[in-house]
Amino acid sequence: MPAFATPQNAQRRLQPILRSKLIARLTTPHGVDRYLEQIDPLWSAFETRARVTEVTRQTADTVTLRLQPNANWQGFVPGQYLQLSVDIDGRRYTRCFSPANSCHAKDGHIELTARINPEGTLTRHLRDHAHAGMIVGLSQAAGDFALPAQRPERILLISGGSGITPVMSMLRSLCDEGHRGPITFLHYARSKEDQLYTEELEQLAARHANVTLLRSYEQGAGELYGRFSREQLESAAPDYADATTFLCGPPPMMAAVEAVWAADGLNAQLHRERFVVAASAPATAETTGGELRFVRSERLAVSDGATLLEQAEAAGLRPDYGCRMGICHACSCRKTTGRVRDIRDGRLSGDGEEDIQLCVSQPVGSVTLEL
Amino acid sequence: MSIYDTLSPKDFEAIGAEFDAIREDVLADLGSRDADYIRGIIKRQRQLEIGGRAMMMLPPTWLAGIGALSASKILDNMEIGHNIMHGQYDWMNDPAVSSRHFDWDTANSAEQWKRTHNYEHHTFTNVVGRDHDVGYGLLRMSEDQPWEPRFLFNAPLAVILHLFFQHFVAIQNLKLEDYLVYKTKTRAELREEFRPMWKKMRKQLAKDYALFPALAGPLAPLVFVGNVAANATRNVWACAVIFNGHFPEQVEQFDESVVDNETRGHWYVRQLLGSANFEGSKLMHIMSGNLSHQIEHHLFPDLPAHRYAEIAPRVRAVCEQYGLPYNTGSFWKQTASTWKRILRMSLPSKRQPEAAPQQPATTEARLAA
Repeated sequence: MPAFATPQNAQRRLQPILRSKLIARLTTPHGVDRYLEQIDPLWSAFETRARVTEVTRQTADTVTLRLQPNANWQGFVPGQYLQLSVDIDGRRYTRCFSPANSCHAKDGHIELTARINPEGTLTRHLRDHAHAGMIVGLSQAAGDFALPAQRPERILLISGGSGITPVMSMLRSLCDEGHRGPITFLHYARSKEDQLYTEELEQLAARHANVTLLRSYEQGAGELYGRFSREQLESAAPDYADATTFLCGPPPMMAAVEAVWAADGLNAQLHRERFVVAASAPATAETTGGELRFVRSERLAVSDGATLLEQAEAAGLRPDYGCRMGICHACSCRKTTGRVRDIRDGRLSGDGEEDIQLCVSQPVGSVTLEL
Repeated sequence: MSIYDTLSPKDFEAIGAEFDAIREDVLADLGSRDADYIRGIIKRQRQLEIGGRAMMMLPPTWLAGIGALSASKILDNMEIGHNIMHGQYDWMNDPAVSSRHFDWDTANSAEQWKRTHNYEHHTFTNVVGRDHDVGYGLLRMSEDQPWEPRFLFNAPLAVILHLFFQHFVAIQNLKLEDYLVYKTKTRAELREEFRPMWKKMRKQLAKDYALFPALAGPLAPLVFVGNVAANATRNVWACAVIFNGHFPEQVEQFDESVVDNETRGHWYVRQLLGSANFEGSKLMHIMSGNLSHQIEHHLFPDLPAHRYAEIAPRVRAVCEQYGLPYNTGSFWKQTASTWKRILRMSLPSKRQPEAAPQQPATTEARLAA
């Protein structure tokens, strides 16, 4: 724990000074944040960071964090996501999560629930090591999956598994706002034990007459039975065509819902969020054939197996480079998705955002570069 | 005949594999120990900087302030800036210690420096004509540089280079000698190239010589002089460390032909022959940015520098096995050796006749080299 924490509003009052040109000049070239963080990691003129204030485990394979963000957090719209960064054994890992809390929470806290991915470094670390007092990095909230400013009258929320978090935020926010229109909350889980926010959902439904809670479990009874189907939907929410629908869950469930909306020509009323990123190439895949996406220059190429530097040049780009043998780092570049293999030692990179050296990296599957 | 010519292609391949193995062992072991180390050094540097600047504004602690700010600038440039900008901590995925984002407290901009240092110097180490660090266009440091009358001033010019090192390095990319001596560059070209450099230099000059003195009010002259002293201390120390790393008498310079068709093994051997270490306390190693292990740094420029001391015994063992030199000695021995070279090079000299190799060079080796 740092020596002292500063209340958010005191920090906000100081912000204009900390962000002033004079302070920037006095702290050149490092910048004021590199000094402030030595006193308290939450002190920052520009960066968003948060302290974990509470860790709970609602189900066997999830962990829920309550976060106190610093003054730079600008809030979020229910449904949006943020990027959470955690240092694990010296390396920074970043993953996306949707806040599950109401956007009207008075204490300014953020609540995130992560499902533990048995292969995932970050979520396993949170399961084993998340504790009150831990400091994490945050991005500002982003994403189009969000409640519109003009709230729709009739709202249908459909979620599965841990896909409940963004729609939970929508439901909690709407209840806090005293939304009058009918809200149907349709949720799919393996069993009652696997369901997140059980008690709170029941309380919300009991307290708000316009909220209908419908749950379906694979094992055991809920308000509904079985997987999503048109028949089930027509009995649960017969007016679904009049509703603005928000959908988030595992791919098979989402596909089933999307098929119904597509068949009825209702795509414009269906908002969806995918939690699962497109599967990354397995470690044994060839380095050819994947798609290379150069984001800044808006170019695409199909990998021919050469190094990324050579392929970028072949695509007509002029990335900065030096030694072309991996020692000078002149060609360091941000990779936003995909995996690369280091030609010097065959090491395979992670599939998240990280800096790589173009001259000694071959793509493994599809790769997106900030180039 | 250099040892470079006495090894067979098989030897080079084996040496390459030995050094690659050391590199991979360290890479596989990177973790929180390295992250904690660099963050700890950064914390200490920030404390010294803030403390130093504060103390300098009070007459009784003025001298201590200069000491603290000098130490802070040395840490910032050597153990933090130099090493971070080599990409030693890029694996941490933290913008604060990333080679793409870091900038240091010196007149030279990160971008310019990564070009001359990471690329030119580390790729073409000690290759006369390619590695501008051989003399910085100011001094004669190798027999391969033709003698000119201006080199009679080699020693006094070297003293000036030490004192104003940050600004020499900042304008290194200008290749001033091309304008002043060889007349291959016009004044207009020079002005154009200077513009981006001035952007960074201006900020550094304003901070140390205008803004912080102004903050001290009536004590402004105290802070101004203190900052001159701190910058000069850092300059002399950084320059001395770098000279010790490449210019003691036994260190080799190379002809441009060596880089043609160079294998990984050849590259390693050239780095080894072109670098020298010096010995000292743990503090000495930290304050030199671990460039006291210049040999290990040149073999593995992107491994965290605090690891060099740990792998040095393995590097020495490889050198012993293949009869390669491992140039080391006390700081003062290496400094004396460097200045001997500076003085010797001020006078015209033919290439020194080389010692006969321990074993006759094979044709194979000559073809490979």
